[in-house]
Amino acid sequence: MKIVVCIKQVPDTKGGVKFKPDGTLDRAAMLAIMNPDDKAGLEAALRIKDSDPDNVEVTVLTMGLPKAEEVLREAIAMGADKGVLITDRVLGGADTWATSSTIAGALKNMEYDLIITGRQAIDGDTAQVGPQISEHLGIPVISYAEELKIEGDSVVVKRQFDDRYHMLKAKMPCLVTALQELNEPRYMTPGGIFDCFDKEVQVWGRDKLDVEDSNIGKVGSPTVIAKASDKVAKGKGEVVTPDSADEAVNYIFSKLAEKHVI
Amino acid sequence: MDFQLDKKHEMARSLFKEFAEKEVKPHAIEVDETHEFPRETVKKMQKYGFMGIPIPKEYGGQGCDPLTYAMCVEELAKVCGTTAVIVSAHTSLCCDPIMTYGTEEQKQKYLVPLAKGEKLGAFGLTEPGAGTDAQGVQTKAVLTEDGKEWILNGSKCFITNGKEADVYIIIAYTDIVEDKKGRKQKKFSAFIVEKDTPGFTFGTKENKMGICGSSTYELIFQDCHIPAENLLGARGKGFAVAMHTLDGGRIGIAAQALGIAEGALDRTVEYVKERKQFGRAIGAFQNTQFQLANMATQCEAARLLVYQAADAKATKSYYGVEAAKAKLFAAEVAMDVTTKAVQLHGGYGYIREYEVERMMRDAKITEIYEGTSEVQRMVISGALLK
Repeated sequence: MKIVVCIKQVPDTKGGVKFKPDGTLDRAAMLAIMNPDDKAGLEAALRIKDSDPDNVEVTVLTMGLPKAEEVLREAIAMGADKGVLITDRVLGGADTWATSSTIAGALKNMEYDLIITGRQAIDGDTAQVGPQISEHLGIPVISYAEELKIEGDSVVVKRQFDDRYHMLKAKMPCLVTALQELNEPRYMTPGGIFDCFDKEVQVWGRDKLDVEDSNIGKVGSPTVIAKASDKVAKGKGEVVTPDSADEAVNYIFSKLAEKHVI
Repeated sequence: MDFQLDKKHEMARSLFKEFAEKEVKPHAIEVDETHEFPRETVKKMQKYGFMGIPIPKEYGGQGCDPLTYAMCVEELAKVCGTTAVIVSAHTSLCCDPIMTYGTEEQKQKYLVPLAKGEKLGAFGLTEPGAGTDAQGVQTKAVLTEDGKEWILNGSKCFITNGKEADVYIIIAYTDIVEDKKGRKQKKFSAFIVEKDTPGFTFGTKENKMGICGSSTYELIFQDCHIPAENLLGARGKGFAVAMHTLDGGRIGIAAQALGIAEGALDRTVEYVKERKQFGRAIGAFQNTQFQLANMATQCEAARLLVYQAADAKATKSYYGVEAAKAKLFAAEVAMDVTTKAVQLHGGYGYIREYEVERMMRDAKITEIYEGTSEVQRMVISGALLK
């Protein structure tokens, strides 16, 4: 069984956010981590591999700057078998459409039974890329997975849905988008770190991708960023110390009414 | 000369740091107050290979180098001195001598489960009458007439991982010879002793000033029969085994001392930005700034010595002087930096929840165990004057 996990290197929110003049993120200037939902997706894949190590192969795939190789090495140090880095200047400035087209263009040249992506990345929060990839590839998608298991040639997924969950089954090949709540990802091991630099990371440029020029990079992105800004700092707020719970409740309700929330 | 860590060491550091912050730090106060050995943390460290970092993969280890191991101990010590010494004593004092002196059978039987973390290791040299003076060792091993077993009698004290360990390296004297001047000299040998061997029991649990969760016990041997094949290294060469083991162990303790100092510095930097006196953060006062500058410089210098010693262990056959310098300096830095950290915290520094007082208590032992600072000075000056 071949599993491809799509992961993304995202800015570490602890390190502050920096923008380029055109409003897109200046990724090279920021501290970076593996996107948390993607890490949960990777852990799910590694658990499937743990259950049948000889017959399950986990490949991690990412698109980004050359430095995104770091996140592939981290995934390999956690237990993935190999990595593919899609990087090319012509792919820069991609929105979700161009990103999903590009990744699907790579996946068309790879073998897979199951593709796992994170639900969404903490830098864009769109949750669009995973489902879009499945559309480009013409395979089923189950999003918002909070549990995932393999049954024969199918996946069974517990999907988070508002105030309930759905139990869904899909025949492979298919795509699942994972929630951070899916699991507690493992740490790397020291030996895994030492070995990960000996394992294969393929670097694919534009020429390795099965995708139209009109669907990649900034040119292939229908989204136009009008303006981007850092988070606005919150004010100090108001501290009150009511004498009783009733008084506290009344105060909160009066404030909500004042703001026309209720 | 390259002072930059390469990518794999940087990555290993980020792993140890994340693990220490998430898995170790939240329990540090409780471990100190309850004096309970942190078994759950040790289980997690086993799962992620922290118990066999410098041991080759074919013996169940991670196949990394002494520097990676030292960085692991350092990062653990930044948040919990107890957890750091558990790893250090296990790796340096038990895995390392079996790796260095063990037969293939001993490595398969003992090193593999130790390096995988399935078993915990300890080392016993010190006795009530024998610390720095190893000739004072009273524990004796006698070979039975049929040559199949050694019978061990005596006791060891202040043994780290004492009651929690499964495998112990024990130094005992096996022969008495006369030197050229006719003086009697004990000849020592090293033995691998398993927990639950009949005749092997535990005595007092020490109630310590610091590293309170590390399970420091007295080991008692009364007609304890050990299979002959558990002799580690050659008969009569146990002193060399012990000294070599302690050379490596000192790198671990130096890394622990370094981590404690860095942890205290980190806490102090955070604190002086928050704490206000006379309408200003105390970090705005020049005394604070100068103290912090000294502390940071001391830590950096200690780190260079510790990493140099770890590198020497990987590349040189004898690294005892580098290890002694690293331990001497890092331990004294740990004591000095933690004392300053408590002082800069003022009254809060004396309160347990601020943790720097624990770091100060934990720091003190690094000047004492695995060779006191005075012993390190003897090793260093001995090399200068020979």
